[in-house]
Amino acid sequence: MILPKWADVVLIPLINLFLALFVSGLVVLLIGEDPVNAMKIMVKGAVGSTYGWGYTLFYATNFIFTGLAVAVAFHARLFNIGGEGQAQLGALGVALVCLALPWPHWTLVLPFSILGGALFGAAWAAIPAYLQARRGSHIVITTIMFNYIAYALLVYLLLGALKAPGMAPESPRFPAGTFLPNARDVFDMLGINFARSPLNVSFVLALIACFLIWLMLWRTRLGYEIRAYGQSEPAAIYAGISPFRITMIVMLISGALAGLMGVNAVQGEAQRLLQDNVLGAGFVGIAVALMGRSHPVGVLIAAVLFGALYQGGAELEFETNVPREMVLVIQALVILFTGALDNMVRGPVEGAFLRLGRRPAPGAAAE
Amino acid sequence: MTPMHKFLGATAALALSAGAALADPGLIIDLGGKFDKSFNESAYTGAQKWVEDTGGEYVETELQSEAQREQTMRRMAERGANPIVVLGFANASTLEKIAPDYPDVSFAIVDMVVDQPNVQSIVFAEHEGSFLVGVMAAMASKSGTVSFVGGMDVPLIRKFACGYVQGAKSANPEITVIQNMTGTTPSAWNDPVKGAELTKAQVSQGSDVVYAAAGGTGVGVLQAAKDEGILSIGVDSNQNYLHPGSVLTSMLKRVDNAVYAVFEGGAEGFKPGINALGLANDGVGYAMDDNNKDLVSEEMVKAVEDAKAKIMSGEITVHDYTSDDSCPAS
Repeated sequence: MILPKWADVVLIPLINLFLALFVSGLVVLLIGEDPVNAMKIMVKGAVGSTYGWGYTLFYATNFIFTGLAVAVAFHARLFNIGGEGQAQLGALGVALVCLALPWPHWTLVLPFSILGGALFGAAWAAIPAYLQARRGSHIVITTIMFNYIAYALLVYLLLGALKAPGMAPESPRFPAGTFLPNARDVFDMLGINFARSPLNVSFVLALIACFLIWLMLWRTRLGYEIRAYGQSEPAAIYAGISPFRITMIVMLISGALAGLMGVNAVQGEAQRLLQDNVLGAGFVGIAVALMGRSHPVGVLIAAVLFGALYQGGAELEFETNVPREMVLVIQALVILFTGALDNMVRGPVEGAFLRLGRRPAPGAAAE
Repeated sequence: MTPMHKFLGATAALALSAGAALADPGLIIDLGGKFDKSFNESAYTGAQKWVEDTGGEYVETELQSEAQREQTMRRMAERGANPIVVLGFANASTLEKIAPDYPDVSFAIVDMVVDQPNVQSIVFAEHEGSFLVGVMAAMASKSGTVSFVGGMDVPLIRKFACGYVQGAKSANPEITVIQNMTGTTPSAWNDPVKGAELTKAQVSQGSDVVYAAAGGTGVGVLQAAKDEGILSIGVDSNQNYLHPGSVLTSMLKRVDNAVYAVFEGGAEGFKPGINALGLANDGVGYAMDDNNKDLVSEEMVKAVEDAKAKIMSGEITVHDYTSDDSCPAS
């Protein structure tokens, strides 16, 4: 290791982020807007008010779940890009639980909706996992195709069995007993005025998921097997680890995590099932996992950053002539710089540290 | 492509200084886009006219996806826009949830009834307007077959279709009316390619007048009608100018007037409840201008005006599909 740990974890991502924002600024300039002003609006919109924080963390909750889903699969060198479809199915699972009974209180429904979301998400991931493990059908291809099947399935259900009376293709509203406590309600009890936003108790759930995934990956035998399998399949087989078992378990966990997004998006915000409940969070999860180096803490930080980009972008679109597509450009640049061009920054930084390292450290006693 | 415009007029400063707490009205353009040449554009035109007449400012934003509805509505309300106009039935369930959270803000929704104390529900008698263009279509048809292309298959669009069929049958009881819907999801509002395909299929079945009630999809219907050399009927906005000599007329749904009225009334003059707009109060109608005057004979105008008078006097009752989800004519 040439670099100290803090430089690897903090300095390099920060330089990457700065470069991405700088290039984004140039693009904003190119379409005739003031980049400094645009940046101000984005930052202020994302973290400048309780309203902004509410939405930033609401989006972050979605991205934590989908980011963890991708990260867990990465550890076994499986590229799960079916987060989108698994989250759609998870949303369906949550909706079915919420609509099944006239639930009296959210504490009663939450365990079941978590179970519903996780089970449906896991089930949707199980089929590509099995095809990969037994048939060798590449998981990238099968999971992405399953996204389209999930979408078609939801449209079919929302036009038929689950359709609410009325004209829009959406499910009936969930009973009031299923509504999750909102950040506003919680802060009200503490005497703090928090603007209305969809931020809800699922955020806490996401934090717990981060911790449990860390615990699983680095403190259990299963986590060791997953990482060993990811590092080298032949070595893992030699050590008696079954590739079939690991592939299935990892994908089930991954799908369940993606499915849990439904608790936040469907039970927490929309309070009914829509056609598209995921809004691209499944794909953002890939970027979040890449940027977070597949570590739960990294995923958490990256998810909050992407949540802020989403919310700041919505604000930018609201306030200026910068089109919403611009936010996509900024996100793409962040992914490009943190993922693909990582070595571009790493090289010079390592060089700089080496040169610094040759000199005697300041404060070292002179001989 | 979704800017939030601020329209500053010379008199805006005066208006603002006159009442410091005066809030700007807001308009949320629905999926399909501001320049769909139809439903959304009509609302936008109304807002623009208000700006021209009063020199006021308003807040505008455009939805990009289904799931943004809630955030966009909240954002408008948090920003202090009042009253806020939302377009289209798809907003109903979201508005029902949002409106109680902002009791001091007035909302108006077009095309759907939302029963909340701070919501005005603007509904149009599309069946009456469609009846009139149905009369005109039947008279213009030489083949004895006319057709209808709907957007998303929902009761609202069936209401258009049902009125159209009744009108056509009243002018010519022998006429055949072919009906097609573009799809069952909101993407059906913006699929001009499929609209054109349906129109061509209808032409091959003998139709020579096609009526499009399909939002942005209608652009494809009108284009195909021109390419195939048949007549077409536009919807919501006046679409006669799109293909002069091919667009017979347009069924006007004066969303522009409705938006104008809500903006004009402001927060003070806001009236909650149902605001029904029909033939009698110029909420719906048909478009006549230089682009279609050669296509519409005096005889047709006379028949349509006659039907209009009879509907207004109650002599003709046009069945409203949404009242019982069925249509007596087909």
